[in-house]
Amino acid sequence: MDLYEYQGRDLFERHGLPVLAGGVATTPEEARAIAERLGGRVVVKAQVKVGGRGKAGGVKLAEGAEETVARATDILGMDIKGHTVHKVMITVTADVAEEYYFSYLLDRANRTFLCIASVAGGMDIEQVAAETPDKVVKAPIDAVKGVDEAKAREIVAAAGFPAEVADQVVEVAVGLWQAFVAEDATLVEVNPLAKTGEGKLLLLDAKISLDENAGFRHPDHEGLVDQAAVDPLEQAAKEKDLNYVKLDGEVGIIGNGAGLVMSTLDVVAYAGERHGGVKPANFLDIGGGASAAVMANGLEIVLSDPSVKSVFVNVFGGITACDAVANGIVQALALLEQRGEKVTKPLVVRLDGNNAEAGRAILDDANNPLIERVDTMDGAAERAAELAAAGV
Amino acid sequence: MAIWLTKDSKVIVQGMTGSEGSKHTKRMLAAGTNVVGGVNPRKAGQSVDFDGTALPVFASVADAMKETGADVTVIFVPPQFTKGAVIEAIDAGIELAVVITEGVPVHDTAAFWAYNVAKGERTRIIGPNCPGIASPGASNAGIIPADITGSGRIGLVSKSGTLTYQMMYELRDIGFSTCVGIGGDPIIGTTHIDALAAFEADPETDAIVMIGEIGGDAEERAAEFIKANVTKPVVGYIAGFTAPPGKTMGHAGAIISGSAGTADAKKAALEAVGVKVGKTPTETARLMREIMSAN
Repeated sequence: MDLYEYQGRDLFERHGLPVLAGGVATTPEEARAIAERLGGRVVVKAQVKVGGRGKAGGVKLAEGAEETVARATDILGMDIKGHTVHKVMITVTADVAEEYYFSYLLDRANRTFLCIASVAGGMDIEQVAAETPDKVVKAPIDAVKGVDEAKAREIVAAAGFPAEVADQVVEVAVGLWQAFVAEDATLVEVNPLAKTGEGKLLLLDAKISLDENAGFRHPDHEGLVDQAAVDPLEQAAKEKDLNYVKLDGEVGIIGNGAGLVMSTLDVVAYAGERHGGVKPANFLDIGGGASAAVMANGLEIVLSDPSVKSVFVNVFGGITACDAVANGIVQALALLEQRGEKVTKPLVVRLDGNNAEAGRAILDDANNPLIERVDTMDGAAERAAELAAAGV
Repeated sequence: MAIWLTKDSKVIVQGMTGSEGSKHTKRMLAAGTNVVGGVNPRKAGQSVDFDGTALPVFASVADAMKETGADVTVIFVPPQFTKGAVIEAIDAGIELAVVITEGVPVHDTAAFWAYNVAKGERTRIIGPNCPGIASPGASNAGIIPADITGSGRIGLVSKSGTLTYQMMYELRDIGFSTCVGIGGDPIIGTTHIDALAAFEADPETDAIVMIGEIGGDAEERAAEFIKANVTKPVVGYIAGFTAPPGKTMGHAGAIISGSAGTADAKKAALEAVGVKVGKTPTETARLMREIMSAN
């Protein structure tokens, strides 16, 4: 889960890291209250999870409460690269003398964490690394030993931070690592890490990603989810413990296992190229169990997407036998009828693997005109795309 | 002889008395796996009956190894306890730990991996969030269905469970030496490269299927490794060509970040080193079939 900048600022503040005083507003009136509390000159920043908001006019200075209200009014509701601004962060301003860069992140290739630090901050670090690689230090972090003062001094020396800020950077490096671990983050990026005219360090921006797998030890993280930005179908699926991602297409997809479902999306997209360019409408992994109730929930979610014209149910029976899956599909359709949801869109079903023959026989015996059985994955994708194209 | 798991492997189950653990212990026994016991400190000294096979429960992995000579552990404990279970297995010095558990925090995986490295990597870790490893006809450690295919001379390494089963099924008439599901998390113990190296060295494997998916650059690094080290034919498949950037597709590690981790980049890297990459699982199986029939 990626956090907004204001959530990152709050998180840093909770962990005792130096940030600017500020608050977040969803209305101009809330912005006024914050400006009055902070006093003097403030900066109003659009809260969107996309870069380039300064250039888009989403970051403005304001003097006093009236100007803050005016700037907040301008920015709230603005569209930045397809993201509507629903919140603005308001902070006091800083007198920035120098800008550095500091981050901790997951290093998948080396199966550990990485610290990236540079005295050339304030710009895109990948660009800095490409143009002046000697200005960027990448230090692997041992996940057990972590970052203590000695490790932090090593990084600070390697990155060439000026002597007058070295002690402060060491303190930030250790504190930031502690926050990174305590919050189960997979990324904390501070850009810029600024030195003020008075020589004080400040974390001026925050890009943070949290590990959703660690949610069981962070009940508070649930509150960081921006409900307004969550797709309603994805939300409904989540409430039913289904792994669903909304896409833009016409062929609803239900399968078991993340890899098989990803593969199904691809195969449907290829088939769609031959059928008017129809595309997969969603990713939905119903997992290994595939009981009737789970299948019904899955079908309900997929069918409630108005752009869906046909559904491809692609199941490989591993531990779960195909006859159980077939019964699940037949019962799921009956269950949906009972719930008063008339199913009208065609279902192409491919069952293979454990007890496939028995499963196919159950589908045939059900004699439901909406269910069409195709026994290969490629063939079923072709048929589902064809039906979707015909229904468009 | 297959890789890492043979008919001589003695397997214990951490979490054997839990619902998933007991269900799959029963299946592993039915597949002919030499399961010799389980671990649960609260039930130590008891025994559990699996269709007529009574398996002892030990207080620790170390006890189980001392009493039974176990060299493989399969871990089914919930995510909150996985790190502790793996560290216990590493401390006991077991050769192979197969971590089935899904939903392990990545800080926990990074920590037990670093711990394993500090101990000199005595323990091979497969997973987490994986279906395990199966050497058809010999042994089965994890949740891979045992009756899809018999033994043969293809090696299979995959990030995905059901795609592994699909590929085993498509090529069931040829058969497999060993099938390894390495898991779809961002940090995993055993990588594509580890499996490629082991299959290359295995006299009972003639060709290798490698299944990858979006996220990270493991497939790109595997391509470099193949170029320098693998002489046996390799066929590849990548899932997720149509996945949008920034969205996690089921597996915690299956996410395109910016322009990194795309299926196109992985396919290009593999093809650049001579690996044939199938467009669909079925086409991938056909490519492998051609190789095996030419041999």
